[in-house]
Amino acid sequence: MSLKLFLDMISQPCRSVFLFAKKNNLPVEVKLISLKNGEQHTEKFRKVNPLRKVPALKDGDFCMGESIPMMEYMAEKFNTPDHWFPKDLQKRARVNEYLSWQHLGIRRVCFKLLSLREEVDGPVVKLEVPEDKMARAMEDLNWSLDLIEKTFIKDGGFIGGEQISIADLVAIVEIMQPFASGVDVFQGRAKLSAWKERVVQAVGKELFDEAHKTILSAKDSVKQLDSSKVEYFRPRVLRLIS
Amino acid sequence: MSLKLFLDMISQPCRSVFLFAKKNNLPVEVKLISLKNGEQHTEKFRKVNPLRKVPALKDGDFCMGESIPMMEYMAEKFNTPDHWFPKDLQKRARVNEYLSWQHLGIRMHGAEGVHLGERMPGEPAAADKMARAMEDLNWSLDLIEKTFIKDGGFIGGEQISIADLVAIVEIMQPFASGVDVFQGRAKLSAWKERVVQAVGKELFDEAHKTILSAKDSVKQLDSSKVEYFRPRVLRLIS
Repeated sequence: MSLKLFLDMISQPCRSVFLFAKKNNLPVEVKLISLKNGEQHTEKFRKVNPLRKVPALKDGDFCMGESIPMMEYMAEKFNTPDHWFPKDLQKRARVNEYLSWQHLGIRRVCFKLLSLREEVDGPVVKLEVPEDKMARAMEDLNWSLDLIEKTFIKDGGFIGGEQISIADLVAIVEIMQPFASGVDVFQGRAKLSAWKERVVQAVGKELFDEAHKTILSAKDSVKQLDSSKVEYFRPRVLRLIS
Repeated sequence: MSLKLFLDMISQPCRSVFLFAKKNNLPVEVKLISLKNGEQHTEKFRKVNPLRKVPALKDGDFCMGESIPMMEYMAEKFNTPDHWFPKDLQKRARVNEYLSWQHLGIRMHGAEGVHLGERMPGEPAAADKMARAMEDLNWSLDLIEKTFIKDGGFIGGEQISIADLVAIVEIMQPFASGVDVFQGRAKLSAWKERVVQAVGKELFDEAHKTILSAKDSVKQLDSSKVEYFRPRVLRLIS
C-alpha cells in the first residue's frame, strides 16, 4: 500500500507538498479532493484528517495533516537529497526559521487578500469590499514581501542558502496565490522575480506550471459557481472581511 | 562563549524557550529584553535579530529567531531527552503537526486579541471584537481538547514534548487580561496539571509571573508608552 496524499491544488500548502513529492519522484499516490464541492466533509476523509483540512497524508494506518510536517516526514522516510531539509544544524535552523515565520508572516496575509478581492468574491457574494480593508491587506502583503526580499532570500540564491529547500517551495506557493485574484506581486520586484526564476528552474517549469494551473484559471471557475456554493462561501467571506 | 537567549517574559514564545532551556539545565545565558521599553530596536539587538523580534538566539556568530526552530536547535545541539522532540518518524510527525497548526490555529486568534484588546488603558474595549476573539479562542481550545491532547497524556502522546510547552504558554496568555480559560474545561485543566508537574511548578510559576502581574503593570504605563502601543493594538483588534 503506497503512501497517499490528499490535495486540492487551489490550496497553497497542497501545492508545496505536490511539488516536493513529484520533484523527488516519491512513490506516492495523489488523490484530489475538491474543497469547493465539500469533499473534505465526507466520513471517509474525516478518518484521514479529523480537522477536515488539506493537505493530508495516509501511510498505512498512520494519518496526518499540515504540509510542513508532511514534507519533513516524506523527506526522512524516502531519504530525499539533503538540500531540501539539511541535516546540518545551522543550515536546518535557517530553513526552519523561514518555515516558522511564514505562517503569520505571509500566509495569513495572502489568504486575507485573496478573500477580499472583489474580482474573486464579487460574483460570489455580491459585496462591496471596503476600500480601507483592501488597502491594508495590500500594505501587509507588501510589508511581508519586502521582508522576504531583504531578509530571507540570500543574494543570488535561495531562502536557506545556495540551494533550494522546502522553505522556497513553501514561499513560492504563497506568493503565487494572489494570481488567483489576478494580482501579480512580482511586478516591480526584481529580486523576488529573479528568485522565482531560480525556483522554477530548480523545480522544473513543467512541474511548476502543472502545480499552478488551477489558481491561474481560478478567476474563470468562480463565475461558474452555482448559487448553492455561493451560500457555502458567503459566511466565511463575510467573517474574513468584517 | 555560551549560547545567549534574548527573551521578554511577556511573550509566549519566549516562555516556551525559557521553560525548555531551564528544565533541561542547558548551558545558556538569558538576557532579558524589554519590548515595552523598545529594547528590540537598539542597534545591538538588530544585529542579533534584524526582524527585531523576541525570542532570539546567539551562538557565537550564528544568530536566529523563531522559538520553535530555536528549541529544535538547542534540542539537537545539547542532545536533550528524546521525548521533547522525538526521533521516531511518526512520533515526531505528531509533535510537528501541532507545532505547525498552532501558528494559525490558536496563536493568531484569541490569545492576542483578548489580551491586547482589554489591557489598553483609556481605550474603550470594542465589545464585538472582544466577543469574536473569545469565540475564536474557544473554537481553538475545543480543537486542542478534542483532537490534540491524548487522553490522560500530552499532545504528542504519553510524554511531554515541545508541543506541550508551545501550547501551554499560549493558553496561559489570556491571564494577562485576567481571563482564565481553564475554567469549565476539565480536560484542559487536567492536561495543564500534567504539564506543570512535568516541568516543575516552581519553574512554571517563574516563567509566568510577568503575565500574571501584567494587569497591574499596565496601569503604571506612562503616557508615552501608551502612545507606543496604541496604533499596534488598534491595528490588531480592527
